[in-house]
Amino acid sequence: MRVDLAIIGAGPAGIAAATEARAHGFSVLVLDENPGPGGRVWQAIETRPLHGDDDRVALETVRAFRASGAEARFGATVWCVEPEGRVYWSEGGRARSADAAWVLIATGTTERPLPIPGWTLPGVLTVGAAQIALKTAGLVPSGDVWLAGQGPLLLLYAAQALAAGGRIAGVLDLTDGGSLRRALPHLPRALRAPSYLARGVAWRLALRRAGVPWIRASQLRAEGEGRLERIRFLADGTVQVRPASLLLLHDGVIPSVQITRALGCAHVWDEVQHCWKPLTDIWGRTSLERISVAGDGAGIGGARVAELSGRIAALDIAAALGRLSTAARDRAAAPLLAARERHLAVRPFLDALFSPLPIDPADETILCRCEEVTAGRVREAVSLGCLGANQVKAFTRAGMGACQGRMCGPVVAAVIAAARGVAPRDIEPYRLRFPTKPLTLGELAALHAQPTAVEPQSS
Amino acid sequence: MLTRPDPGSLTLLFEGRPIPAREGESVASALIAAGILAFRTTPVSGAPRGPFCMMGACFDCLAVVDGVGSVQTCLVQVRDGMRIERQQGARDIASETTG
Amino acid sequence: MLERAIVIGGGLHGLSTALHLARSGWSVTVLERRHVGRHSSGINAGGVRRLGRDVREIALAQVAHEMWRNLRALVGDDGGFRPSGQVKVAENETELTALEHRAAELRALGWTHEEVVDRAETRRLLPAIAPHVVGALVVRDDGAADPMRTVMAFRHAVLASGVAIEEGASVLALERTAGGNLRVVADRGSWEATRVANCAGAWAPAIARSVGETIRCGVKASMMIVTERLPRFVEPTVSTVARPLSFKQTAAGTVLIGGGHQGRADPATETAVVDVRNLARAAGIATELFPLMRGVRILRSWCGIEARTPDDLPVIGESTTCPGLVHSFGYSGHGFQLAPAAGAAVAEIMMRGRTNLPVAPFAPARLIERSAA
Repeated sequence: MRVDLAIIGAGPAGIAAATEARAHGFSVLVLDENPGPGGRVWQAIETRPLHGDDDRVALETVRAFRASGAEARFGATVWCVEPEGRVYWSEGGRARSADAAWVLIATGTTERPLPIPGWTLPGVLTVGAAQIALKTAGLVPSGDVWLAGQGPLLLLYAAQALAAGGRIAGVLDLTDGGSLRRALPHLPRALRAPSYLARGVAWRLALRRAGVPWIRASQLRAEGEGRLERIRFLADGTVQVRPASLLLLHDGVIPSVQITRALGCAHVWDEVQHCWKPLTDIWGRTSLERISVAGDGAGIGGARVAELSGRIAALDIAAALGRLSTAARDRAAAPLLAARERHLAVRPFLDALFSPLPIDPADETILCRCEEVTAGRVREAVSLGCLGANQVKAFTRAGMGACQGRMCGPVVAAVIAAARGVAPRDIEPYRLRFPTKPLTLGELAALHAQPTAVEPQSS
Repeated sequence: MLTRPDPGSLTLLFEGRPIPAREGESVASALIAAGILAFRTTPVSGAPRGPFCMMGACFDCLAVVDGVGSVQTCLVQVRDGMRIERQQGARDIASETTG
Repeated sequence: MLERAIVIGGGLHGLSTALHLARSGWSVTVLERRHVGRHSSGINAGGVRRLGRDVREIALAQVAHEMWRNLRALVGDDGGFRPSGQVKVAENETELTALEHRAAELRALGWTHEEVVDRAETRRLLPAIAPHVVGALVVRDDGAADPMRTVMAFRHAVLASGVAIEEGASVLALERTAGGNLRVVADRGSWEATRVANCAGAWAPAIARSVGETIRCGVKASMMIVTERLPRFVEPTVSTVARPLSFKQTAAGTVLIGGGHQGRADPATETAVVDVRNLARAAGIATELFPLMRGVRILRSWCGIEARTPDDLPVIGESTTCPGLVHSFGYSGHGFQLAPAAGAAVAEIMMRGRTNLPVAPFAPARLIERSAA
C-alpha cells in the first residue's frame, strides 16, 4: 500500500493533521492502537457520555476526521518506522506495512514514572489508568482510593471522578509546597490564556467542596500482602498509615519517544520538564527528512496546542510534497502559529506550578518493574563502573523487559546521574531499536513469506 | 476500588468464575470492576502483578486469554464467553501449542 | 621505558590482551573510545563454541576452551559459562552426509570433539526441534556464557592487575617517537609505549591505515531477536547446516535468535539499524526449526557493528608497516570464545616477538592490499 501521509496516533494532533491533509488532497493512513479515535485526552469520545463544551468540540473534531476520507485503522499497533517512509504495524494478529511519502508521529505522552516502595503491588495504578477506566468502562473510585503525586491530570481526574459519583479518600501532595511561589512570576504571561487557570482552580475547588482531604506528604510507601492494603507516609512530622484499596500515582506526563529514538531522530533535553523530546522546528520537522512530529510527543503543550500543531505540520508536509507553495503554507499557517503561541503562553506558569518531583528512590525501590531491578542495584552497577543507562542495562537487565524502558528509563537515568554527580541530560539513555512493540515470531516470519499489501478503502 | 452501577450484559470466565462485562471495554477494566487486581505472577520472582498504566505501556496486565498467553488485557476488548486465566511465571508456551 | 604497552580497544580482546601482559609484569594502559564492552563484546549470543569453526581456528579454540573451563581461576568469575552444548542440525539427508564428512575431516586432523548424532539422539538433546530434522553435529561440552558478565569479570581482573583503563579516550593517531617508541595520540591525551595492541574491532582497520597498512576488512551489522521469557525448553545452543540460525535460551529464559542476519551499519556514527526483511527471515527460520515459537512474542532486537574479514578469519600478528604494533581484530562475529586465548597469544607476540600459540593462519600479510608501485 502506498500513501502520501502516514500518521501514527489518532489523538488531537493526529486527527487534526489528517483532516487538514485530506483537505489538500492527500491520501492519508492513520494508525492507532486504541479501538477508536481520541487518543488519551479524548479517549472513547465517540462512545462515552459527554461532559461540557470541551467534549462537544472534541466530538465535532472527531466527526470531521471521520468524514475527511482519511483511512483509519484502529487496534493497529505500529512496531517499526523506517526513515524512508515504510511503516509496519500489527492488526488482528497480522503484521502489515505501508509506504508513505511522509510520516507524522503523533503518539503523545506517557506518564512520568513515580517509583515508590511497593508500587508494583496489585492495586497501585497511575491516575491516567484510572481515567482510562472511567472513560472507557464507566468505573469510578469508591472505598479507600488515594491519589498521590502532582500534576494537572491528578486534579482533572479527581474532579471527573467526583462528578461521576465517585469517592476519593484523600490526595497526597508529594511536592515541597513551594510550587505556587515559584510559578507566580510567570502568572502575568499565563493570563494570555486564562481558561487553563480557570479550569485548574475549578478542579481544586471541586475537591475542596467534596471534602476530600489534601495532605502534603513525603516518603510514601505502598504496603500489603499480595496486593495493596495500606499506604504509609510522612506528614506533619509524623508517620501515618491509612487503609487503601487503590493508590493512583501521578507525576506529570512526558513525550513518548520510543519511535523517534528507534528511528535515530535527534533529541533535546527539556530542562524545565526534565525529559527528552525530539528536536523539532516550528513545523514539527525532525532531524530526519520526511519524519515529522506533532502534539505532546514533541513537547507537552496540551490538547489545543496538539490540534494546532497537527494542522501546522500537515500544511508544512503539503508544501514539502509540492501540493502547496511555501507562501500559501505560510499564509494558512500564520493564524495557527499565532494561536499556538497564545496557548503556549501558559506553559511557563504551568510547568513551574507542576514541576516534576525530585527523584531519589530508596535503595529497596524497584525501578525496572519488568526485570525487578531496584534502585540499590542500579547504584551498585554505577559503583562498579557503569557510566550510562545502556551499561547499567547490560549489567543488571534494567530496561530489558517488555516495556523497553517506558516505565523506568527516566528514573534509571536520574539515579545514575545522581550517583555519578552529573546532570541527567549527560546520561546516555537506553538505546532503542524496532520493534518498539511486541509482535510474535510467526507474524514477523509471515511478513517475509508473503509481502502483505493493505488494500486502501475507497477515498 | 473502582466500581460502576451498570455491570454490563456480557459474561467472561475468570479462572472458571463468571464475571460481568460491558460491550466496548477492555478485559482489564472488566476484571478491575469485579475486584480482581492481580492478573499474573512474574517470571523473575513470582511476585503478583496487575494493571498499572491501562494503556499498553507497562506490560503488567498480562493474562492468558482464550488459551493464549502474554495478552495485554488492557488492549483487548471483551467478548461474550471469553476465558481468562492468570499467567503464572513465564508463559507456558508448550501447553499452549499442545492444548 | 621497557615493558610498557598500550591496548587500543576496551572490548574482550583488548581486556584479555591487557590481562596477559599485566600478569607478565608489563605496565599497561587500555584506551577505550566509549566504555568497556560497548560494542560486540558486551552484546552477543555468548556462544562458547568450537563447533563448526574453520579448521584453521580449531587449535586456538581448543586452548580457549580450556581457559573457559577454568575461567574462575583466570579472572575470578566463570562469566556465566555453562557447558550446555552446541548442536548443528541437519534438515535432510544431504546435510547429514555433509556433517559426517566434516566430522571425518576433523578426526583425520586429530580432533574428536565434534560428534555426529542420529535423529533419536537429536530429539533427546532437543525435544522441541521440528520433526523434519534428521540428525546433528554436536560438541557436548561447548556452551554459552554471559557476555557482559564476562567483560566485567575481565575488567575487574585487569584493574586488579594494575592496568589503567581510560574510557572516553578516542585514538586520533599513532606516531613514532624520537627514541623509537610508539606514541598513541588520543583526544584526551597522549600515551607512550614500546608496544601497542590494536584491538579496536570494527575500527581497527582505520588504525592500521593510519600507519600505512591497508588490511582488507569490512563491517557486519548482525541482528539478534530477543523473545519474552519462557520456561526452560532447550539447553544447547542450536544452529543449522544450511540456513543462518543461532538459537539459544538464556539463563533468564529469553530466547536469542541470531545467525548473522544483517541490519544496516553506519560505522561513522557507530550505529546500526534493524532491517525488517532480514529480521523476518531470522524469525522464519527459527519458527521452522522450533514450531512452538510461532506464537512467542519478540520483545526487542539489537544490532551491533563488528569487523568482518573476507575469509571470516581474524587478523592476529604484528603490523607489516609499524614494528611494535600488533593487531588483534576481525573476528567476524565469532571472537567471543577465542578471546581468552587470543589475548594470551597477542601478549606473547608483543612481549617476545612470537608465540607458540596456534595463530599463524591469522597473520595480517594474507589480507594486505599493496598499492601499485
